[in-house]
Amino acid sequence: MYLMHLTEEKIKELEIKANDIRKSIIEMLLEAGSGHTAGPLGMADIFTLFYFHILRHDPKNPEWEERDRLVLSNGHICPVLYATMAHAGYFPIEELKTLRKFGTRLQGHPHREYLPILENSSGPLGAGLSQATGMALADKMDGKDPEGKQASYGASKERFIYCFMSDGEHDEGNTWEAIMLAGKNKLRNLIAVVDRNNIQIDGFTENIMPLEPFADKWRAFNWHVIEVGGHDFGALNQAVEEAQAVYEKPTVIIAHTIPGKGVHEFERDYKWHGKPPNKEEAKIALNELRTLGGKIKSEHQ
Amino acid sequence: MLNPKLKLNPKMFSEDCEQVPIRKGFGQGLLAAGEADKNVVALCADLTESTQMNMFAEKFPERFVEIGVAEQNLVTVASGMAAMGKIPFCSSYAMFSPGRNWEQIRTTIAYNDRPVKIVGSHAGISVGADGGTHQALEDITLMRVMPNMDVVSPCDAIEAKKATLALAKTSKPAYLRLAREKTPVITTEETPFTLGKAEIFWLPEVGMAEVGIIVTGDLMHRALLAAKELKAEDVKTKVMNLSSIKPIDKDAIIALAKETKRIVTVEEHQVAGGMGSAVAEVLAQNYPISMEFIGIQDKFGQSGTPDELIEHYGMGVESIKKAVKKVLERK
Repeated sequence: MYLMHLTEEKIKELEIKANDIRKSIIEMLLEAGSGHTAGPLGMADIFTLFYFHILRHDPKNPEWEERDRLVLSNGHICPVLYATMAHAGYFPIEELKTLRKFGTRLQGHPHREYLPILENSSGPLGAGLSQATGMALADKMDGKDPEGKQASYGASKERFIYCFMSDGEHDEGNTWEAIMLAGKNKLRNLIAVVDRNNIQIDGFTENIMPLEPFADKWRAFNWHVIEVGGHDFGALNQAVEEAQAVYEKPTVIIAHTIPGKGVHEFERDYKWHGKPPNKEEAKIALNELRTLGGKIKSEHQ
Repeated sequence: MLNPKLKLNPKMFSEDCEQVPIRKGFGQGLLAAGEADKNVVALCADLTESTQMNMFAEKFPERFVEIGVAEQNLVTVASGMAAMGKIPFCSSYAMFSPGRNWEQIRTTIAYNDRPVKIVGSHAGISVGADGGTHQALEDITLMRVMPNMDVVSPCDAIEAKKATLALAKTSKPAYLRLAREKTPVITTEETPFTLGKAEIFWLPEVGMAEVGIIVTGDLMHRALLAAKELKAEDVKTKVMNLSSIKPIDKDAIIALAKETKRIVTVEEHQVAGGMGSAVAEVLAQNYPISMEFIGIQDKFGQSGTPDELIEHYGMGVESIKKAVKKVLERK
């Protein structure tokens, strides 16, 4: 298996990396003058864990056939995707400043025509899990799912398809169509990660369209459900290990995250869903993240 | 006369002309495509038999995915499979796919540029008794306005089979439009078919044609009957089969317009935005001439037999002849 338990040293490294990614997110949003803030900050830890620990991928060879696939369904949080990919070495960190500008590879919502190394274009909600389900089905057909019929065939046996989703996009019927199909087909090679941050554009999810009992709903569709804190690297890593070990079902990891995480002023406020920080707010945010970064380093020493 | 070079069905005007549903040709083509390429997969939204996917599903059960009545999922799952190297054909009724799931097709297939083949069966008014909810009359428009998307509307079952095989070999997204009812067989196995290429099915025995009739889909037989009857009245026409609506064969359309100076388009679809509009876009920019449009005139359909409906909505042989004469009278 490619997963290893996280050492204290590795956790510290990931915390610092996530902090750097959050700084990049603030900087790129300020430069862009539009875009989403809360979701990207809230998902920074999960993206960091995946790109720097979990995913089988090669930033120097993004087309590597045997790589894991990570489908981002809620494309509007792409600042965290772009920032994480840049920090992982897919493209220069400097390029993040081109977000949402004319001619950029970093379109306002991800578009493969401009950045072909993306697994999918996205933005309109509710379609990501279906695409990931299609990928997992294709691998299952080919015996490339873990412990599939060609398990002894080689490296491909370990491939997983991950899908990152928002909680708000569970309002979409298309999401449940995918949940139903993946459950029916027992896609053990499919792992969904839901950003359960409780906010959407118009307000709190439970006011807009209640999702609870959220875990029970997934379970009822034949999924294995793990609930976990979305900012705890150790717990998240364990959840992914568990998901990879489940044989009879696809797994959803419901990650309870804090929208705007890392910048106290932005946290838990749905107004930050769809707007970028202005110059003053960005200054406060960057200061806070720098202080936090310093704290992480000193705590671990 | 029928274009002798194309080896069309010599029996097409006789009483005992074979009639086969266009969708059946798709089913045969998909089976053959599946035999030729193991990456061809099929997905269906609870209409396996009526979209004729059952032949493939029975032969290759491991490559067939039953999606259930979930057209949004149908095309988005297909997009994911295409991302892993598969050539997915996904079928439903045209009213539901691309009717219901247009944005998913746009974002996850066309915008994503994945080689998914969307197969819309039961297109057009000739669905008949099921009524207006099930008669897709806007699907050509919906799909041809989408960048990256090819659109093909075969005239009979044999052409549908060839189109299916051809689409299985392209790396582009495509929409294949199929009709439900039995349709006279017009072409033969020997008739040439190339994606993006129009063919002249009917032409005058001598001299130039006065009117060009451009047809897509299952109204071809009626258009040829009209051309034959017009010939008896000394009206010389050429009838073009424009089964590939996108990419569109601009050169052939312009050449026909230059010869005839008058065009009538014929399709079982809304006039607004359909094949006729596509032809008009080509001609308005390159060789503006007089046109008439046979098709649905901004109406929804209703229950009835296919023949009743085609007559009622002005797409029958007499209507085509009338349009030809009308465009002839115009200077």
